[in-house]
Amino acid sequence: MTPTDKSGSGTVESDEAIIEIAGMHKWYGEFHVLKDINLRVCKGERIVVCGPSGSGKSTMIRCINRLEEHQTGKIIVDGIELNDDLKRIDRIRREVGMVFQHFNLFPHLTVLENCCLAPIWVRRMPRKKAEEIGMQYLERVKIPEQAKKYPGQLSGGQQQRVAIARSLCMSPSIMLFDEPTSALDPEMIKEVLETMIELAESGMTMIVVTHEMGFAKTVANRVIFMDEGQIIEENDPETFFSSPEHDRTKLFLSQIM
Amino acid sequence: MINKNGTLPDLPPPSTNIGVIGWLRNNLFPSPLNTLLTFFAIYIIYLVIVPTVDWAFLNSNWVGESRDACTGGGACWVFISARFDLFMYGFYPESEYWRINLAFAILVLLLVLLNIRQVPQRGWLAAFTLICYPVITFYLFSGGVFGLDPVDTSKWGGLSLTLILSGVGIVASLPLGVILALGRNSQMPIVKAASIVFIEFWRGVPLITVLFMSSVMLPLFLPEGTSFDKLLRAMIGIVLFESAYMAEVVRGGLAAIPRGQYEAAKALGLNYWKSMALIILPQALKLVIPGIVNTFIALFKDTTLVLIIGLFDLLTTIEAGFKDSHWLGYALEGYVFAALVYWIFCFSMSRYSQHLERKLSTGHAR
Repeated sequence: MTPTDKSGSGTVESDEAIIEIAGMHKWYGEFHVLKDINLRVCKGERIVVCGPSGSGKSTMIRCINRLEEHQTGKIIVDGIELNDDLKRIDRIRREVGMVFQHFNLFPHLTVLENCCLAPIWVRRMPRKKAEEIGMQYLERVKIPEQAKKYPGQLSGGQQQRVAIARSLCMSPSIMLFDEPTSALDPEMIKEVLETMIELAESGMTMIVVTHEMGFAKTVANRVIFMDEGQIIEENDPETFFSSPEHDRTKLFLSQIM
Repeated sequence: MINKNGTLPDLPPPSTNIGVIGWLRNNLFPSPLNTLLTFFAIYIIYLVIVPTVDWAFLNSNWVGESRDACTGGGACWVFISARFDLFMYGFYPESEYWRINLAFAILVLLLVLLNIRQVPQRGWLAAFTLICYPVITFYLFSGGVFGLDPVDTSKWGGLSLTLILSGVGIVASLPLGVILALGRNSQMPIVKAASIVFIEFWRGVPLITVLFMSSVMLPLFLPEGTSFDKLLRAMIGIVLFESAYMAEVVRGGLAAIPRGQYEAAKALGLNYWKSMALIILPQALKLVIPGIVNTFIALFKDTTLVLIIGLFDLLTTIEAGFKDSHWLGYALEGYVFAALVYWIFCFSMSRYSQHLERKLSTGHAR
């Protein structure tokens, strides 16, 4: 599955839904953080979520792999509905990779060990095979020479690329990115974005929370704008950036562009 | 002078700032007041050192059989050498000393092997040390099997008893403490409440009370006719008491692990036990090595309290030694010897913990 059209307005070759969120609400105590979220993501689709801080975009994608619990509504990932059943949660987490703002690499393990840990302990893969796959993905993110180092010895951009490789080692069918470049120095943003673009070209289903509008324009099939816990606007990137419908979207775009 | 590319060259620092002279200047004689204090300190050290050396070495007696050999006016180390076996083995039968020696020889061998990188299968060796070795030691000490004469625990004593008590305490209290710390952080209300009650109870009572209760009160509650070993009761008391302290030390480490580590582990599909065992605990325990070793050292010295329930540990045997009418008046030698032995063990633990911290450091700064 290699989408040829990178302009963003391109088609997705499958319209089979891999994530379905319907009527989802979430509260933190009394605070209503997510209000009536409806979202359907198809296989191979690349979605960029943006919005002001505190608008619930991170919370929304964290609900997809149950790092946050939703209270009402439905989330179906890869045909499995999320509920309190721990086995289902574990199955979904195996299929959904996540990249965090602060990388969250395991500092006591080497780069390669970071990559091999989950395949060995969750997928029960023999160590040798896991290491092969780990090296393969480290090559793909272009840092195989750092395999024996510890995360603390790497730059921020390198750490984030390791984090991407670590997620890919579980061969997930969906990748979630939670502001992957916000904690990076400007000169390192590019190397991470390039890795993500390459991943998008390989046909990975991706949901990316980011303020990198250049990335949204080149890679996304759809851009979602969230504010105050709601999805305000949802459109293909061209329409979204050239003629936003809502005033709040216009205001937001005028502030960040 | 300017380099070719226009930058200034690196110059060496002035000689008065480096080397021995620089060090002396900066640390001992930076100002008139500090110079005065330096000389004062040297005088104080002189006042302490000279009589100590006189007493302990120059005027002391080392060889002999009885107090008649002590004629120098200084320390009478003959007391220590004459009673050395008592201090090491307590009232253990002399013909069976080899069993204790063998047990400690095995321990030393295991520890050496565990610290040599080239030894294969070190994981199994560690498991053997923690699980099989205590059993072997128990049978070596108590006998009754393989034709070894049984030796009642009331005859165990001296340094070997101190090492057994603290060894068992250290080996058992760490895992128990980890479990209690995880329990206290648990989402499950009953597990959490039970851990809190346990920790706060044992932390709230003095060890001396625990030992006293275990030796005097416990038998009253047990059905008549059941008696179990006094040493075993003391061990259980020490382990439960120290595990409560250990739990709080470990909990401190758990609290220092950023939430992102838990989330990353979850997001990769690791379940609770795997993420604790592979991600959280290795980092948390590493962070609190100083606290853990601090607790171990405290435990090592706390074992001296077993004297109140009539067990003869190192300190008690030494005290018994100088209360003997043949050796009255040599308490100072006894206490200095006790202090030296305790210091050697505690200092070794401290040094080992620092070595461990350096070895486990992976150069990450949070």
